[in-house]
Amino acid sequence: MPADKSEQVQQNPEQMKQTWPDPLQIQLSGSGGQGLILAGIILADAALSEGYNAIQTQAYGPEARGGASRAEVILSSDLIDYPHVQRPDILLALTQEACDKYLPSVSKEALVIVDSLLVERVPETQANVLQLPIIQTAKQDLGKEMVANIVALGALNRAAALVSPEALEKAVLKRVPKAYADLNKKALEAGEKLVRL
Amino acid sequence: MRELAEVRLMQGNEACVQAALDAGVRFFGGYPITPSTEIAEGMAEKLPALGGKFIQMEDEIASIASIIGASLAGVKSMTATSGPGFSLMQENLGYACMTEVPCVIVNVQRGGPSTGRPTAPAQGDVMQARWGTHGDHPAIVLSPWSAQETYTLTVKAVNLSERFRTPVILLMDEVVAHLREGVRMPDPRQLKLIERPRPQGGRENYRPFGGALDEVPAVADFGMGYRCNVTGLVHDDVGHPSGSPQVTNDLIRRLSGKVEAHRDEIIDYELTQTGDADMVIFAYGSTARTSLRALKLARAQGLKVGMIRPTTLWPFPEKAIEEVAERGIPILVPEMNLGQLVLEVERIAKGRSLVQPLSRVDGELFNPDEILEAVKELKPVKSRKSSKKEGI
Repeated sequence: MPADKSEQVQQNPEQMKQTWPDPLQIQLSGSGGQGLILAGIILADAALSEGYNAIQTQAYGPEARGGASRAEVILSSDLIDYPHVQRPDILLALTQEACDKYLPSVSKEALVIVDSLLVERVPETQANVLQLPIIQTAKQDLGKEMVANIVALGALNRAAALVSPEALEKAVLKRVPKAYADLNKKALEAGEKLVRL
Repeated sequence: MRELAEVRLMQGNEACVQAALDAGVRFFGGYPITPSTEIAEGMAEKLPALGGKFIQMEDEIASIASIIGASLAGVKSMTATSGPGFSLMQENLGYACMTEVPCVIVNVQRGGPSTGRPTAPAQGDVMQARWGTHGDHPAIVLSPWSAQETYTLTVKAVNLSERFRTPVILLMDEVVAHLREGVRMPDPRQLKLIERPRPQGGRENYRPFGGALDEVPAVADFGMGYRCNVTGLVHDDVGHPSGSPQVTNDLIRRLSGKVEAHRDEIIDYELTQTGDADMVIFAYGSTARTSLRALKLARAQGLKVGMIRPTTLWPFPEKAIEEVAERGIPILVPEMNLGQLVLEVERIAKGRSLVQPLSRVDGELFNPDEILEAVKELKPVKSRKSSKKEGI
């Protein structure tokens, strides 16, 4: 992943095979219960299966639901020393609070994906911001808000072209209950389609 | 059967569980506590399928008592805890030292003292791991910096406990315990495993607490047919309590001597670019990960920085410091405590090198920039090369 990231992300996703910095810093943020830590684990797992070094860390409050939640993933072709994200190259924000808190820290040409329902205002930024109906897709199209994290993963991976869709699907199916395999596959596809818009 | 050399995304805690099982641990008695809980969970899930036993005890005093009992019956045993539980374990830790019972205690450090900061990383138990239990006693303490190394050092901890018939402490920190990264799983059949020395001879000559000052005597499992007496009192070579000054002296000196005499078998450390270094960072656990980043940043700016990263904290890796101190180059010692292992570095450096502590106790991991800044402020001790002769 050599450092060259001059292209606009939002306008033309098909040409987004842009190269990311190495190490690549990804932050998934929102509130507890949105499944962001699982999303981080899945993404790291998929990257690992494609030969990257991957590390996943997390920060969350003592609550089972609610409260701020954050998962961090770093991908690299080299050994990953410092395990935390300092300046996200990719940011996912599923709540207004998360967006307000983390958007100022992203790198200049970062890709930022926010939920268009829960994030009403996007602070001014030089980053490429995609506003996607992630929660709404999970709730209305798939009937389960619970899979918003997988919808988000599908969208994020499509927009950022991190790993092959197959590797991501495999990693998802490895980590979700068998009874929900189909639902999660659909969620992943629905997420990918959001970026084709 | 898992694929050979398979890479799996694992937490440090999960790697610890897998390594313990691969090393032959078949008993775990514990009381779950953040940030070590995943170790108890993993053991509870996986031990029964392997014919092992998991017991959730009523507290940490009972937890360590249970693993001592299981080990006396011949089963490789382990417990895992964090600061508050580790404090409760101190009395029986001494009992395991005194009765020479192999066992592994994992302490995933969190912010202390007392219940402190359950989910925050810290390295405040370094001296407790060495001296927490009373009296002169041996201590073997290992500290990993990654999930991969947690695997390796857990196997090593089990092996050393068997080899030296003594408790071994795996001193982790919250960052290493909870981060997930790729772990290359070795084929468990290729692991070198060590079993405690067991008696070959007849019952009448059985001396489970005898031998020379550097010797690890053979011990029978309960039920093998040998007469067993196990006591925390000073005891003679068959295990009977004794008030003899000679017996006392021999026992206390041998308990430490059997470990001290074999330091080279135990101590391990990693050197990074120390060869041409003008200054060195001495760091362990997750602090060493930040330090390595700081080293790279410093090198990119033309600063010749090296790093010593001990994976064995006790016995203290004196030789590693000796080599640097001889050259008189300054040593930065970042720790997530108010300065613990830095005292050992100073002890070995004996003023030949400037030894600079760097503390962080706010429950956050060091960030690379603050270590880089501290490195830049190091002032080399005035040249000493005139005092060192060549070729001696």
